[in-house]
Amino acid sequence: MTKSALTTIGAKPLPEDTHSCWSCGSMRAAHFCGSCGKVQPPAPVDYFTFFGLPPKLNLDVAALERDFYELSRRLHPDLNATAGSKEQQWSLEQSSMLNDAYRTLRDPIKRTEYLLHLEGVALEEQSKTATEQARATGAIKKQIVPPDLLEEVFELNMELEELRKNRKTGEEDPALVAEIGKQKVLLETKYEALLEELKTHWTDWDSLIDRSQAGRAASVEELAKVTSKMVDVLNRRNYIRNLVRDVNAALEK
Amino acid sequence: MLGKVKNFPMATDHIVGIDLGTTNSLVAFMQGETPVVIPGDDGLNLLPSVVALDGNSQPIIGNAARNALIETPERAVYSIKRLMGRGVEDIQDELQLFPFRLAEDLQPGEVLRIKLGEKTFTPPEISALILRQLKRSAERFFGGPVTKAVITVPAYFNDAQRQATKDAGRIAGLEVLRLVNEPTAASLAYGLDKKQNGIVAVYDLGGGTFDISILKLHDGIFEVTATNGDTHLGGDDIDNLLITIALDDIRGDLGLDLHRNAEAVQAIRKAVIEAKIALSSQPSVKLDIELPGGKRYQREITRQQFEQLIQPVIDRTVGPCKQAMKDAGLKPEQIDEVVLVGGSTRIPKVRALVKELFRREPHTDLNPDEVVALGAAVQANILGGGSPATENMLLLDVTPLSLGIEVAGGVTDKIILRNSTIPASATQFYTTQVDGQANVAIHVLQGERELAEDCRSLARFDLKGIPPMAAGIPRVEVKFLIDANGILHVSAREQRSGKEAEIQVQPSYGLTDEQVESMILDSFDNAEEDFRRRQLVEARNEAATILSALEKGKKSPAWGQLTTDEKKQIAKMEKALAAANAEDDYAAIRKAIDALNQGTMRLAELMMDTAVSTALKGKTMDETDLGEGPTAPHPMAKAEFE
Repeated sequence: MTKSALTTIGAKPLPEDTHSCWSCGSMRAAHFCGSCGKVQPPAPVDYFTFFGLPPKLNLDVAALERDFYELSRRLHPDLNATAGSKEQQWSLEQSSMLNDAYRTLRDPIKRTEYLLHLEGVALEEQSKTATEQARATGAIKKQIVPPDLLEEVFELNMELEELRKNRKTGEEDPALVAEIGKQKVLLETKYEALLEELKTHWTDWDSLIDRSQAGRAASVEELAKVTSKMVDVLNRRNYIRNLVRDVNAALEK
Repeated sequence: MLGKVKNFPMATDHIVGIDLGTTNSLVAFMQGETPVVIPGDDGLNLLPSVVALDGNSQPIIGNAARNALIETPERAVYSIKRLMGRGVEDIQDELQLFPFRLAEDLQPGEVLRIKLGEKTFTPPEISALILRQLKRSAERFFGGPVTKAVITVPAYFNDAQRQATKDAGRIAGLEVLRLVNEPTAASLAYGLDKKQNGIVAVYDLGGGTFDISILKLHDGIFEVTATNGDTHLGGDDIDNLLITIALDDIRGDLGLDLHRNAEAVQAIRKAVIEAKIALSSQPSVKLDIELPGGKRYQREITRQQFEQLIQPVIDRTVGPCKQAMKDAGLKPEQIDEVVLVGGSTRIPKVRALVKELFRREPHTDLNPDEVVALGAAVQANILGGGSPATENMLLLDVTPLSLGIEVAGGVTDKIILRNSTIPASATQFYTTQVDGQANVAIHVLQGERELAEDCRSLARFDLKGIPPMAAGIPRVEVKFLIDANGILHVSAREQRSGKEAEIQVQPSYGLTDEQVESMILDSFDNAEEDFRRRQLVEARNEAATILSALEKGKKSPAWGQLTTDEKKQIAKMEKALAAANAEDDYAAIRKAIDALNQGTMRLAELMMDTAVSTALKGKTMDETDLGEGPTAPHPMAKAEFE
């Protein structure tokens, strides 16, 4: 998938033949009829489009929540329980899509990952699933240590190794535990800082989208440059998360 | 809502709300603006969730069955909810503590069957008997068939337990419009008259299950943000502790081993439950139980001892509460209100624990035994199209457990995380590993653990009829959807050919559609006939009541005040009712009753006046025999049906 963002996502118009309400024939809103209120058949759209939003990453979460509640009042199966079976099925599908979309978009990381997924960028390398799978099967997972962490990770691993050795022999080295604890706090601070770094890339992405919508289309290269930066931040973030998890596990035992 | 005045549908058929509890069950409905509980034919709101077989192998349910529990324990069963949707291998703990007698011919992988006397029943069938009893109470109340219901389940029930509950509804002849989580239902009952915004925690400790739910209330939307719990934690566990102590005492002090004596154990159980309840209001209580052989077991329990004893049980609710707060991203001080639900929250020590956990005084304004059923009635009203009382109310609930799929290495790949708002869906893609492979097996799991073997197996799906292609070429899109009941649906499509792939489901624990279908037929035919028979019996009873009241009326001074014409009319209608009552035509009896009721209206008024003036003359009302005049309310005349 090497298509540009704007060809795959965005506030696409609905297909021609779905412009009118199946029930009363009026022009309809995307998910329900503005005239008679009936739930409409779901259209296969992405989550941004579902909420009528452009594919931008800086997002007003409070407004999203308002829209979520408003759409829930129209689409939820409880409010269509007396409708025909066809409408009930549409209500179920529309409402699950609404919930899936809201859950994804309201969370900054899930939102970014989703946009990258739409852009055809794979994140599997550091993903939670891949990690868990590797853990459970005992396979050695390819871990790409972010370059700026190389030194710290090397040192931390040495310390963790020593801690485990101590535990085996029943020794306790309070200084070592304290040192690891300090490292953990540093990692957690870095983890938080990465979200802020990610947000600077959001702004770059959003301005490309704005520019494109103003008529000066962003090139595939320009878009790819921003997405690869986001992938980099997410990978580093995941790496640190897994590391903190390992540290916690080692300290607990 | 839609810029127009909302028209609420006329209540054509009654949708009831049912709390199918471990210990007690209730049925409620929305009467105008308030939910009310419908009493049973014994006039009581609570129907004990106990089922027994009488000497003729006919089921008896509720209080009558409770007596059977002591007299013929091998023909009775209680707390069946603990076995709903479970397999024989995961009830070993229950079997230690509860007198469940499994069928001897149970095959591995088969749905549990419980022995009652000489018959065997699956847990959904036993629950269906309880549901059918509630259905009858509602039918008696409305004077017409009831076929639709909302049934509550513990929030922490998994897919199999939910499915089993839905099956029970179908077997009882009820269309289950929605399964609602119990704590959420309770919040609806509380929220009905307090339409405020804020964060509410519902702590629900019942007879056999514990739930904690955290909700965000926002202009009528009840959004669950996190839920947690334990489906095998409740008052039963406290009872079992007390029973164990009593049995050990008896063995130690009297040298009498009653562990295997079912009658004695049930007698002890009854006594310790009474003691437990008394200890919520008294500082100490005396147990005094008559034992086989004439000896007595006597023991005093102080509240302090009791609280010490139950501490480990109630402490098990702390972990789920903390996890739910963590999942909701909230600290105790961010929670505005705490609501208590379930009979076990009457225990002062439980209240103290909740107060400490959430750092505020919990709400107890509504009866903790009834609040879930009342909430179910509210939800039933919303589903039926709503009313002014429920306008703008909407429940957004979550799935309590993550849904996963087994992938290489026996690992669970989570595809829908716990606490996701439902309905929720996830799409997965599958392909083949061998050229021409036509089937793909999918193993669906529920739970939070990393390894598949530590999670609950929900079902195995076989994707069939994949068009023959080289390995890795087919692309089968499988959609997993959790509906608003918390129940999973799976559909599949092969993308290259566009063909709908056939899915064959093998539920890991549960009845197949065909099994449920046959159970419905067994009991449903009876249910319809039962209803007609009951209707007739009730009408006959009512007719008899009116006729005897009229006899009394004729002896009252009021009778003399009627005109000759009026008396003639009444006599004619009396004759008509007596004639109709001799036949089996329900409608004719009903019509004659209504006519006589109408025709004796003035007589009733005169009798009332006479009574009042007699009273003024210095006589008491008691001395004036009013009789059960035609105006006396008689919608729920007591009747025998079995």
